[in-house]
Amino acid sequence: MSTNPLTRLARFLFFAVLVRGVILLALGLTVRHRERLPNDGPAILAANHNSHLDTLALMSLMPLSLLPKLRPVAAADYFLAGKLRGWFARNIIGVIPLERGHVRKGARPLAALDDAIERGDILVLFPEGSRGEPEALGRFKTGIGLLAAAHPDVPIVPIYMHGFGKALPKGSALLVPFNCTVSVGTALHGAGTRHEFMNAFEAHMAGLAGKETVPAWD
Amino acid sequence: MIATLSAALGLPRPVVVATLGLWAVLIAASALVLVLRARDGARYRELTERTASWWWMIGAFTFAIAANQAVAIVFLAIVSYLALKEYLSLIPTRRIDRGLLLFAYLAVPVQYFWAAVDWYNMFIVFVPVWMFLFFPALMALRGDTQNFLRAVGTLSWGLMLTVFCLSHLAMLLVSGEVTNPVGGGVGLLFFVVVLAQLNDVAQYTWGKLFGRHKVTPSVSPKKTWEGLIGGVLTTTVLAALLGPYLTPMDYLWSALAGFVIGVSGFLGDINISAVKRDLGVKDSGGLIPGHGGILDRVDSLTFAAPAFFHFFRYFFTP
Repeated sequence: MSTNPLTRLARFLFFAVLVRGVILLALGLTVRHRERLPNDGPAILAANHNSHLDTLALMSLMPLSLLPKLRPVAAADYFLAGKLRGWFARNIIGVIPLERGHVRKGARPLAALDDAIERGDILVLFPEGSRGEPEALGRFKTGIGLLAAAHPDVPIVPIYMHGFGKALPKGSALLVPFNCTVSVGTALHGAGTRHEFMNAFEAHMAGLAGKETVPAWD
Repeated sequence: MIATLSAALGLPRPVVVATLGLWAVLIAASALVLVLRARDGARYRELTERTASWWWMIGAFTFAIAANQAVAIVFLAIVSYLALKEYLSLIPTRRIDRGLLLFAYLAVPVQYFWAAVDWYNMFIVFVPVWMFLFFPALMALRGDTQNFLRAVGTLSWGLMLTVFCLSHLAMLLVSGEVTNPVGGGVGLLFFVVVLAQLNDVAQYTWGKLFGRHKVTPSVSPKKTWEGLIGGVLTTTVLAALLGPYLTPMDYLWSALAGFVIGVSGFLGDINISAVKRDLGVKDSGGLIPGHGGILDRVDSLTFAAPAFFHFFRYFFTP
């Protein structure tokens, strides 16, 4: 993320005015248990992923004073493709790029995330990896389990969202207004192994999803 | 002071007085809620939230009518848009219709435009005729027949309820400039909106105090005959007091109008309750703390606005 004050101002305005304005008028959020969101970093917000709007909506729920610490984790191959998209992703959205696919032996693919957590940042993470089928819960990748095991003191907040995949699904550039729901779960901590964490995380997400009445989307 | 306010805001004097009266009621009710909360905060938490939301809603309504007619129409159109958005988010929709729903949203400004330019004939046919034909035609042309009837049925019905029915408020505001020499269009708007909302509060209060016998146990188990009758009577009496002051109706006609608003408001309320029950949700949304969604707030108006509009138009349009 750039340290240029103009770029930081652009980022602030983008989130304070544009993102909040669009979310207020075009979407409308119902937030359940907002009080469970962390008050400060380091922390990890881990949500299901259906739309680009997911990231923006999650970030808009946190106070603007925490914006400099908010870092969405995104796929390097997608978001850094092209100069303009790369600049926008890095400096305005503030993503931490992550290499997808095969990782060679000895490399630490999550090193950038470890560093960010050490700095006290708040990571916005989508363990499903990609947006996938709109409005369907996919399988979670276990990278977050690694992070949890490495940083047992950092709260990991499971968040279940729905509606965003209708408003702006993968493969569409047309935003259609729909009310969306963000359901915040209680924070988890990585105590045992990565698989124990994944089981707890999946159970929490399923519990949050089970409480929602989601209209059919066919 | 009232004369100054009336001149400064360009509002008829009776509307200024009635608005001040509304704020007096709000302040008195808030004071009562504060006393209740001091006695038992946990028990009256929802009531406190509801009251706080009333300040926002009455504030927005006052601003809208006090600014000018254009602002009031935009305000009403936004209410319609939010209600339609909430409705479309609650019902099952087809993936193929996603883009088409943008046209449904577009129907909102168009419908309110007909009201703004006082084109009654277009206003009254645009949704029930043109939109009613447009959406099935578009859906049929796109060729997906799976759940066609369900998709076109729910969309048309939702447009009627959230756009057509609610837009009668804007038509009342505009046409009332001619038909209501006493309080103007804004007087008629104030009359139906405030009475429909007070009717809700009165039914709730009477029901809480004396409610025994359920009216519609399967749709809305909290609605009681005692609440309904007490609420409608309260609304009828209030209308008889308010009507001659704000509208060309005498106290008997005003009482009848109050009765129409009270009963239709109740029916609009249980109509949305039935929708929510069918969909398996408790609140239509989370926009208004303590109340639920915007549909939960304007449910009574979806029926009361067209009912009062056509009642008034039939008997009092020269």
